[in-house]
Amino acid sequence: MIAFIKDAYIVFVKDLKIEWRTRNTSGHVLPFAFFVLVFFGFTFNSSQTVLEQATPGLIWMVVLFVTIVAAENSLRLETENEAVRLLLTGGVLPAAIFVGKVGSVVLQLLFVELVLVPGAVVFYASDVESLPLVVAASAGATIGLATVGCLLSTVVVGVKARRTVLPILFMPLVSPVLVAATRAFGDAFGVFAVNGWSWTGLLALFAVVNLIVGAMMYSQLLEDI
Amino acid sequence: MNTQADFMHPERITSSKATEATESRRTAGTGSRTSFWLGVVTSIGVAGLAALGFFVVPADDVQGDAVRIMFVHVPSAVGAYLAFGLTLLGSIMWLTRKSEWWDILAHSAAEVGTLLCGLAIVTGMLWGRPTWGTYWEWGDVRLMTTLILFLIMVGYLVSRSAFGTADPVSTATKAAVIGIAGAANIPIVHKSVDWWADRTLHQPSSLTDGKIEDLTLLTLMFGFLVVGLFLCWALIHRFRLGWLERELYAEELSEALHARRLEAAEEDRSRS
Repeated sequence: MIAFIKDAYIVFVKDLKIEWRTRNTSGHVLPFAFFVLVFFGFTFNSSQTVLEQATPGLIWMVVLFVTIVAAENSLRLETENEAVRLLLTGGVLPAAIFVGKVGSVVLQLLFVELVLVPGAVVFYASDVESLPLVVAASAGATIGLATVGCLLSTVVVGVKARRTVLPILFMPLVSPVLVAATRAFGDAFGVFAVNGWSWTGLLALFAVVNLIVGAMMYSQLLEDI
Repeated sequence: MNTQADFMHPERITSSKATEATESRRTAGTGSRTSFWLGVVTSIGVAGLAALGFFVVPADDVQGDAVRIMFVHVPSAVGAYLAFGLTLLGSIMWLTRKSEWWDILAHSAAEVGTLLCGLAIVTGMLWGRPTWGTYWEWGDVRLMTTLILFLIMVGYLVSRSAFGTADPVSTATKAAVIGIAGAANIPIVHKSVDWWADRTLHQPSSLTDGKIEDLTLLTLMFGFLVVGLFLCWALIHRFRLGWLERELYAEELSEALHARRLEAAEEDRSRS
């Protein structure tokens, strides 16, 4: 178990170091997320009421797009020059690679959300009524999205049409996360009259199940890379 | 089957073997005598269900004639669950046993299940219009979760075709992962109405509540039987088609290897 945690930590730190040097999230993903947030405002004909009502859904739609980009990038690091082979040859456990990658993608997504939520408050005139709920729902939903994203990015490695296949697979699979996260944020922003904490519980369950199932199946996928 | 002598001297292999294989492939169908009669019984069953549903069962006191859609809608939904359950089983068994039989079963069941799931959604929409006053209700959790399940399985089928046939083992493994992840949604879809009762127009199961009686119940049960027969019939044919696809691929690969060996033997001969 200690070896597993150590391996996962090594992969996590490695990915973050690469991210720090390449500035992929801060340089490309974050501006992309910000642009989408602003352009949603244009598409809703600048209607403040509609934007306020739609804020929870819009935030999570942006995070959904960003997850696809971040997860695909995370796997690209391993497939270029067959880096993943070196990791496996070095004795790193496949499940630890998965957990490490999920950890690094989660941190990058949380960084993006840290900009998106205040962005929505400023541009969409939304009010955060429960910050703990925002934090808890963000954590649960982000882990859920990152686990599915990392798993499916590995599935589509080597597929010619992977840029279209990945969203086709990813979006339906994470739709329970999208629904639950939107509901929880709806409560936190005072838009929907629902119990946000029960939706957050569902997000936590989804995150845990996906993390365990993903870690169990990852070795099978790495065999084919 | 090529012998050791054939392998050492590929020029000895005449084209008759390839012709023979192609001929056998041409004559091989996707059915058998049993599946033919199963198809006949299923067709009679469909006609019988239509007759019972349209002409024998009386209109419902509350739903009127719209209740007749239930005889196709409910069995289709249950058939789709069953088929996706087979996809889950086939996917798990592929990952543990690596037998192509299980992979073909998972793929076949996903195709038939997607068809039945689509039928359940369409019939549900047709039922919703006169009953709820709308074809689609975004606030209804059962509709949403069933649509999600349908889209997941469409994604499964699209990705299978995108993975290609060049590496069947890799394709099967990747598809198995998607199949397992997708089929994990079945319990959510099934229990959605109970879990989110305040967010659904969809009624709880009338069957388990004992609200359906007599001829309506009998027709619904007959609907289950007919959809079950169709599921078996379609699975047999799709499975056999998948099996023939594998054989064809292996055959083409074998022919390509044979042609390459002949070329190599020709080159050796010209050198000497």
